[in-house]
Amino acid sequence: MRRIFLIAVPYLWLLALFLVPFLIVFKISLSDTALAIPPYTPTLDFAAGWEGFKSFFSELDFENFIFLTEDDLYWKAYLSSLKIALTSTILTLLVGFPIAYGMAKAPQEWRATLLMLVILPFWTSFLIRVYSWMGILSQEGYLNQLLMSIGLISEPLIILNTNIAVYIGIVYTYLPFMILPIYSSLEKMDESLLEAAEDLGCSRFTAFWLVTVPLAKQGIIAGSFLVFIPALGEFVIPSLLGGSKTLMIGKVLWEEFFSNRDWPVASAVAVILLLILVIPIILFQRNEQKQRETEG
Amino acid sequence: MALDAFVPWEDPEAKPVIHFQNVTKRFGDFTAIDDLTIDIYEKEFFALLGPSGCGKTTLMRMLAGFETPTEGTILLQGQDIAPVPPNKRAVNMMFQSYALFPHLSIWENIAFGLRRDGMPKHDINDRVDEMLRLTRLEAFARRKPHQISGGQRQRVALARSLAKRPKLLLLDEPLGALDKKLRQETQFELMDIQEKTDTTFVIVTHDQEEAMTVASRVAVMDHGKIIQVSTPDAIYETPNSTYVADFIGDVNLIEGKATGRDGDKLKIAWAEGQPEIVGSTTTDFTNGQTVHFAIRPEKVSISAEKPESGNILPGKILDIAYLGNISTYHVELAGGQIIKAQTANNRRLSRRTFTWEDNVWLSFTDTAGVLLER
Repeated sequence: MRRIFLIAVPYLWLLALFLVPFLIVFKISLSDTALAIPPYTPTLDFAAGWEGFKSFFSELDFENFIFLTEDDLYWKAYLSSLKIALTSTILTLLVGFPIAYGMAKAPQEWRATLLMLVILPFWTSFLIRVYSWMGILSQEGYLNQLLMSIGLISEPLIILNTNIAVYIGIVYTYLPFMILPIYSSLEKMDESLLEAAEDLGCSRFTAFWLVTVPLAKQGIIAGSFLVFIPALGEFVIPSLLGGSKTLMIGKVLWEEFFSNRDWPVASAVAVILLLILVIPIILFQRNEQKQRETEG
Repeated sequence: MALDAFVPWEDPEAKPVIHFQNVTKRFGDFTAIDDLTIDIYEKEFFALLGPSGCGKTTLMRMLAGFETPTEGTILLQGQDIAPVPPNKRAVNMMFQSYALFPHLSIWENIAFGLRRDGMPKHDINDRVDEMLRLTRLEAFARRKPHQISGGQRQRVALARSLAKRPKLLLLDEPLGALDKKLRQETQFELMDIQEKTDTTFVIVTHDQEEAMTVASRVAVMDHGKIIQVSTPDAIYETPNSTYVADFIGDVNLIEGKATGRDGDKLKIAWAEGQPEIVGSTTTDFTNGQTVHFAIRPEKVSISAEKPESGNILPGKILDIAYLGNISTYHVELAGGQIIKAQTANNRRLSRRTFTWEDNVWLSFTDTAGVLLER
């Protein structure tokens, strides 16, 4: 009884906070847009009883999903989002790994402070931090002023409202999610493993590739997913830092909902996005489980 | 046919594999190794023994290449090894923590060093299989290090460090993580493997029994210096200082003054109103010089009747430590000094002759103990 209860709690939680909202969105994605409140039809009429139920279901169709395949805006947006998310995940890894490595190698008494510094940006609102990047990256921004004053460039660089600004924003925002799992896997590593590798004929560099990186693999995978998944649906960063050419599915979604007030299409976009995300998550979990099984 | 004794250190012609020449190592203000000179010969099983912090691990890490000497030189087969990085030395190390790569199987762990050398694939297979046989690990080749027991891990670490046929194998507290019974078994395995592979082994340990069991020679270290280097029996029977005598095994130490000499016999006055102790020594002691008389408990006999010859001291049994095979009697002499005497329990306990508070006689011959200056 106790066992069932213990298992039931998380399942109920998921049911209420994930499955029910998903079903609502999914239902809307099968509806038609309407000039009404709510802006879609049909709605379930409980008073009509079974007849109402039947007519409700007969009006649902996959029209919106078909529409998504017909207009190339959507699949271009998906592809572009995938590309941006993938690129920025790799960039975040390239920036985050050395930081995590440095933290794990730092003297014990420094580590708590360094961890604190990594988490510190979260104490300020995310929006404010993204806005301040606008101040740094704009044509008259701090970055250009700095580069011009030291004579590195003679004309201001155009960074804001380009994809580069989006990459900078995503890397900056999600960096802690990359650093923390990698740090925790590196911190556990026994220093004598590297000495053993050297003793057996590795140079420092090959020891790093043959020992450090494989042992940090779990952290790298976890960090990459923690960055990739939210970056794929990212909306705030591309709309504030990106330009009109920056095409991301989060932005498209927002426009469908709020500019076009086309809830059914927007919901269809959201459902597809979720499906795209579910695949890598399942793959990731399969991999983790396999790892656990082989490690016994 | 008697086996030829293996004593290269007594042969002036023998070339040492390892030669430490006035090596000093400092970490900031701390001197870990203090002006140390020592030779280690081929096929030796050389033990560095000492309390923690005596510099034995630093010495080993200098051999492996993880530390460089502050002063002095270390020669490996006549070559100065200071500029050679660890990955280019014909020296392998077995780490105290074993340092097995957790992401690789046992087989891959053993093959790790061979692969780095670019050995052909089927040679690697042969060599790894040979090492697996040597360490009786054939059945575990595909397992990961966390799927095997501590003793097996220890053998994997040994196999991995031996796979590259090093000229010198360093073992840093190799048996520290094993329980006592397994440790004793493994000590003999280690000796066996050392003989089979003809490799020079240098072992670091703080366990004197382990050093005595496995080593051809033992170096007792303290505060970055080597106090004595000798064979296990010489270290035990003729320690050169009270430090060594006390560190290796159990010992009774009696401090006295030399009072007179007769040939190689020296008389020592050690307490008011007590008969003088007579010991044999070749060292010159002037009359009145302080002498430490060291005698092992098993060389002190205990009897109810007054023995007729040798050094005879009366006393009273204070304590008996029964260890099964032997018993150690703590006997208080008239002056308050406590002497330990050990006897083998070759009779049943119920027939034991002595008990607490018994007055007994302790005796030992004049060659049983050693006389030490310090």
